[in-house]
Amino acid sequence: MSENANANTRVVVGLSGGVDSSVAALLLKEQGYDVVGVFMKNWDDTDENGVCTATEDYKDVTKVANEIGIPYYSVNFEKEYWDRVFEYFLDEYRHGRTPNPDVICNKEIKFKAFLDYALELGADYIATGHYARVTKDANGTVHMLRGVDGNKDQTYFLSQLSQDQLQKVMFPLGEMTKPEVRKVAAKYGLATAEKKDSMGICFIGEKNFKQFLGQYLPAQPGKMMTVDGEVKGTHDGLMYYTIGQRQGLGIGGNGKSNDPWFVIGKDLKTNTLYVGQGFHNEHLYATHLEASKFAFTSKLDRGTTFHVTAKFRYRQKDTGVTVHLNADQTALIEFDEPVRAITPGQAVVLYDGDECLGSGTINAAYNDDRVLQYV
Amino acid sequence: MKHVYLDNAATTPMAPEVIQVMTEQMQQNFGNASNIHYFGRAARKVLDDSRQIFAKSINANENEIMLTSGGTESDNTAVMQTAFKRQNLGKHIITTAIEHEAILKPLQFLETQGFEVTYLPVDEAGQISLTDFKQALRPDTILVTIMTGNNEVGSHMPIHEIGEILKDHQAWFHTDAVQAYGLLDIDVQRDHIDLLSVSAHKLNGPKLLGFLYRREGVNFPSFIKGGDQEDKRRAGTENIPAIAGFAKAVQLDTTTEKQKRQKRYAGFKQQIITGLKQNQVAFAVNGGLEPTNLQHVLNLWIKGVSTYVLQMNLDLAGFAISGGSACTAGSLEPSHVLTAMYGKASPRVEESIRISFGKDNTAAEIDAFVTTLVKIIARVKQEPKVATN
Repeated sequence: MSENANANTRVVVGLSGGVDSSVAALLLKEQGYDVVGVFMKNWDDTDENGVCTATEDYKDVTKVANEIGIPYYSVNFEKEYWDRVFEYFLDEYRHGRTPNPDVICNKEIKFKAFLDYALELGADYIATGHYARVTKDANGTVHMLRGVDGNKDQTYFLSQLSQDQLQKVMFPLGEMTKPEVRKVAAKYGLATAEKKDSMGICFIGEKNFKQFLGQYLPAQPGKMMTVDGEVKGTHDGLMYYTIGQRQGLGIGGNGKSNDPWFVIGKDLKTNTLYVGQGFHNEHLYATHLEASKFAFTSKLDRGTTFHVTAKFRYRQKDTGVTVHLNADQTALIEFDEPVRAITPGQAVVLYDGDECLGSGTINAAYNDDRVLQYV
Repeated sequence: MKHVYLDNAATTPMAPEVIQVMTEQMQQNFGNASNIHYFGRAARKVLDDSRQIFAKSINANENEIMLTSGGTESDNTAVMQTAFKRQNLGKHIITTAIEHEAILKPLQFLETQGFEVTYLPVDEAGQISLTDFKQALRPDTILVTIMTGNNEVGSHMPIHEIGEILKDHQAWFHTDAVQAYGLLDIDVQRDHIDLLSVSAHKLNGPKLLGFLYRREGVNFPSFIKGGDQEDKRRAGTENIPAIAGFAKAVQLDTTTEKQKRQKRYAGFKQQIITGLKQNQVAFAVNGGLEPTNLQHVLNLWIKGVSTYVLQMNLDLAGFAISGGSACTAGSLEPSHVLTAMYGKASPRVEESIRISFGKDNTAAEIDAFVTTLVKIIARVKQEPKVATN
């Protein structure tokens, strides 16, 4: 293969102004691709002084793109993001659930609105700075594999992508670890080499989450009690709490023991927050769950019942599970051993070895016959 | 890849003659025109000579020309200083909905300071109505600021008629002639203009330079405060080499040259329109095609294709055009001009591009542009959408 074999392949890279996407673009450019950088503006947080995070990030994009020597543009998906991600995000909180906007953002914005737009720019592929890998088999099917850096693997967030989407994707960082990425950025003197990683959900950033959510949803304080009916205080609004959470309850270990208190359930109808003592509180442990909206990264050829591994939240260790798939995209998933703090609204992501098979949304968790006090 | 520049309403390349004059001046004439020594006098001579050229170009006197840092400063000065100087006579100002931000933003600020602003609406040709104007005019109107020609759609406002109406009214008449100056014959006496803004870089001169014409007797304090330059009307050491270059650009742009350019650009417009029609492209011209308009601007609605997709594809193919103004995060904001002409719900607001011609463009470039544009439109329209799970 000649050095310029890639010159006629246009790759549109989503540049966020962070180090990961900067290095992704750099590596593709080094490999001789026709690289175009595009910054996505999905959220407007302009304050009264006209300061906005996107402006600062875009400045870094312009610096990096000039350092690498690629053209760059900016595209505005604020409306799409609001309609397809933020509305979903609020709606889940309204229902007392804990949404995962990053999963939906990847499915609907970064690998949909942005991908469609990139194709209109004549792109053959899009690339991002995600830590994940894609490989094509002999039949032309693309399989998504975990990033080599187990600490950074982001397939959890990419688990809703379709085969059609994966056909058009490159993840240049999949074989690298984060320290290696930083090293490359430093070696080439990229403006973002030492920029710290962004924290949390993109539109909230480092702002106070409670305050942010309160701007959009009315908070309804209510009772905080044990499953035995003992009132322990008041909560600020169910949406502010997630299953298994310890922080912010404001109750000391003054119950049956000195163990700290945890959120173990929510009842939306009575606006009650259930709390219990001990990290390993029995009410936090589930044996199986129900999920819906199951979708797979490629056509599944395993029948309706199969054994794989699963993650129920980002960066969790895998658990062995038996999946019973229904025709309507719902599934019953049994765990090889009980799992703590299964949270409705989060994704249950299935893996076979390194391959990410797909995911569904958790609706309810059970401990044997007992439905846990979740929503 | 050869890059073709079709964004001359944004800025123009400097003419070789301008570059030559500026280079000579930078090498030989570095003095400060305020100084009384030899070097100061040499700089002063260039300044005086240039001022005469600027004055003559609009039929004004040289003491009526005040050099500024460009169109924006000229506009800001005219609006802000007139308002504060004359607020005892009234607090009403008339403008149009399609002025440049350099007019609109100062006016928005004045509104927060108790001034009242009437924004004249425009029709689908980007034209105001004189009836609207007459109705808006009040005894307490202190300033009328209406652009000579629009930068996005090229509409040419009835400046002469407005000047006639205002000549016996207390209101000062300002016009932003930044786009029109290089193409139309401007005469401040004929049109009874009190204040007029010009920018050097729109007619192949240097950037960050322009002038404000102030009719004799139209007085207000300096906007930029400091030294006594420009007869105490604008502080700051003059950029002599740039001013010499600006004067050269004005000299090159004779009345004959202006007419010639208008005609050539009208031809380019027709070439594009014909080319798109021949290729069955679904499009419409935004604004009118009146021969009196500024011919260097062609604003097209390409039905069904978004502005940014067109603009970025054209850029990647080597053609620089424009479409709305970029926000600080780089993405495009909808044009207030097209919004005023067609309403914010019109698809034109999100599916239009502005092509603007300059003296160096050739018919061959325009042909290549049409071919590329047609190809891009066809490709984008047939691009299938990705299927999600």
